[in-house]
Amino acid sequence: MSSDTSRLGFYLLLAPILLWLAVLIILPHVGLFIVSITEKIGPREYTIGLGNYAKFFEEPLFWHTFARTAIMSIVATALTLLLGFPIAYYIAKLTKGRTKATLFLMCMIPFWVSELVRTFGWMILLRETGVISNGLQALGIVSGPVELLYNDAAIMVGLVYTSILFMVVPLVTTLDSLDDSLIEAGYDLGGSTQSIMREIVIPHAMPGIVSGCIVVFMLSLGNYLTPVLLGGKDSLWFTGMIYSQFITRFNWELGSAFGFLLLILSSLVVYLGLRISGQSLSATMGRT
Amino acid sequence: MCPLLFYRKEKPLTRSQPDLVCNAITKHFDDFRAVDEVSFEVPQGSFFSILGPSGCGKTTLLRMIAGFQHPSSGELLIKGKSMNGVPPNRRPVSMVFQHLALFPAMNIGDNVGFGLRQRGVARHEITRRVGEVLERVGLPGVSERRIDQLSGGQKQRVAIARCMVLEPDVLLLDEPLGALDLKLREHMKVELKSLQAEFNTTFVYITHDQSEALVMSDNIAVMNKGRFEQIGAPQDIYHNPVTPFVAGFVGEANKFTATVAMTNGHAVKLATDQGHEIHIDAASADVTTGSRVDVFLRPEAIELLQEAPATSDGANVSTGVVTSVLFNGANSVATVQDASTGMVVTVALSQTGSLSELTKGQTVYTRWQPNMARLYPLEVQR
Repeated sequence: MSSDTSRLGFYLLLAPILLWLAVLIILPHVGLFIVSITEKIGPREYTIGLGNYAKFFEEPLFWHTFARTAIMSIVATALTLLLGFPIAYYIAKLTKGRTKATLFLMCMIPFWVSELVRTFGWMILLRETGVISNGLQALGIVSGPVELLYNDAAIMVGLVYTSILFMVVPLVTTLDSLDDSLIEAGYDLGGSTQSIMREIVIPHAMPGIVSGCIVVFMLSLGNYLTPVLLGGKDSLWFTGMIYSQFITRFNWELGSAFGFLLLILSSLVVYLGLRISGQSLSATMGRT
Repeated sequence: MCPLLFYRKEKPLTRSQPDLVCNAITKHFDDFRAVDEVSFEVPQGSFFSILGPSGCGKTTLLRMIAGFQHPSSGELLIKGKSMNGVPPNRRPVSMVFQHLALFPAMNIGDNVGFGLRQRGVARHEITRRVGEVLERVGLPGVSERRIDQLSGGQKQRVAIARCMVLEPDVLLLDEPLGALDLKLREHMKVELKSLQAEFNTTFVYITHDQSEALVMSDNIAVMNKGRFEQIGAPQDIYHNPVTPFVAGFVGEANKFTATVAMTNGHAVKLATDQGHEIHIDAASADVTTGSRVDVFLRPEAIELLQEAPATSDGANVSTGVVTSVLFNGANSVATVQDASTGMVVTVALSQTGSLSELTKGQTVYTRWQPNMARLYPLEVQR
């Protein structure tokens, strides 16, 4: 009797997450997959086949954009890690109490503003008539206005800026859990700063590094706003391509195929990342 | 020196240089003096303990020796070399941390070999020396195992092996037995002492547990409020404490406050605040009639009798009633309240004689010799 009620309670508690997964994740993807393997052969005439996927590989623009998006996202992830690790280490290990809380909060504050507004902020800084361009002219470093927007570097800046918090938070959590005496023991046994980083701190922080990287990579890969606004119409970001297939071209079949390819790509990269770093998904995501 | 002449074989010119010398080491934290002008020497190959209550500054002192903190003033010498400004990774000392600080991501062999890897020792050489040191601490063939596969005592030994493989001049131990259960702690005391003899390395051990210090040490420094109260052999510290703090902190003691009623050479007659009259043979303390003193008396110095002794022989004898019996095996004690003045003393209770059946409410006689008590002039509140 009591086990029946507790079991009922268990299923009731499980229901929201199951519903969420089924209705919002699995069902749309099933639909997406069905649409993606549907080929239009005439008005209101459809057949099942892999033609949409074939089209992706036939057209260089499509898979070039695809590869470019993947590589740029990986680079953005690496840059975010390089920038985020020292910040996280400083917050977790070199500060205490109020300072720590304040610094952590300062990392969060930009996220109170919508991503759109933040990206416009970057545009104000980087555009031809923007703050940086004017500043450089005023200082006499450049003679004419400089356009810093609409290039890959601008996209990269935007991507790193957008996702750095998602790197810093898991890193601070894992570094916080590293006992200071382990670092002291490393020094005591004759270790140098570099070897202690390499042999003690980074292995300990690995789950945080991997989970941060997964999140940042996914966010960058699926980002639409930042590449389009900062990269302009030549940004060539794969999500932009999916958008134009769905909305501009009204070619849902090709758009769905693209969406599926993006899903496969991100799963593949995450899988490879886990294999290379020797971490498991449950160990990394379970900790943060 | 002429080979044709006979010279008396000389002892080495100087007595061997102490491994560790501290000269007036002081450490301030803002207004607070954590360590206050501490000076001591630790001879090579000895086991030196720093014993004190928590917050007395012993951890700060140890961390200064290890190099994690820098003295505000004073000098620290290891094997005659000044350590001022030498970072912890360049000092010939190793430290066993309170929670051992074994690296969880590495197996035991890599943990023990960490220091050798930092020194750039060849890999096969590391494997050989790690194997050797693990054998010496009694854990042969565990190199491949993970840290969490070891018991508490084994982890302790791995932590010591990890330091000893580097052949440090001084090994520092920061209360490493604190986290162990009682049985294992008792066992590790003996084992640490024998490991120290085995490696013949200077150990500096800090603890708040007097029994650890008494059992293992060649010399003990008792520390209080950033200062060393006394340095000496365990027996010395226990039997001849020079300050009231040492007398009260090391071992159990009955403490009374009394006024000196009469002095006659070493023999002092005291009246306790409760009106009890006692005689003490005060060999060391310099007291005058009318001055206030603290008296410390060890529980085992008091003899418990069931019948009134025929003569007192100059001993302090009084009649009392047993108010409680605290059975604790060999450490059992009884509290006895004096029949006339109500003064309560704690008496060690042997469990082998007829006294083992002592019960509450029984009338007994206490007797102790005047030379068994220690007497200190009452400290004037500074």
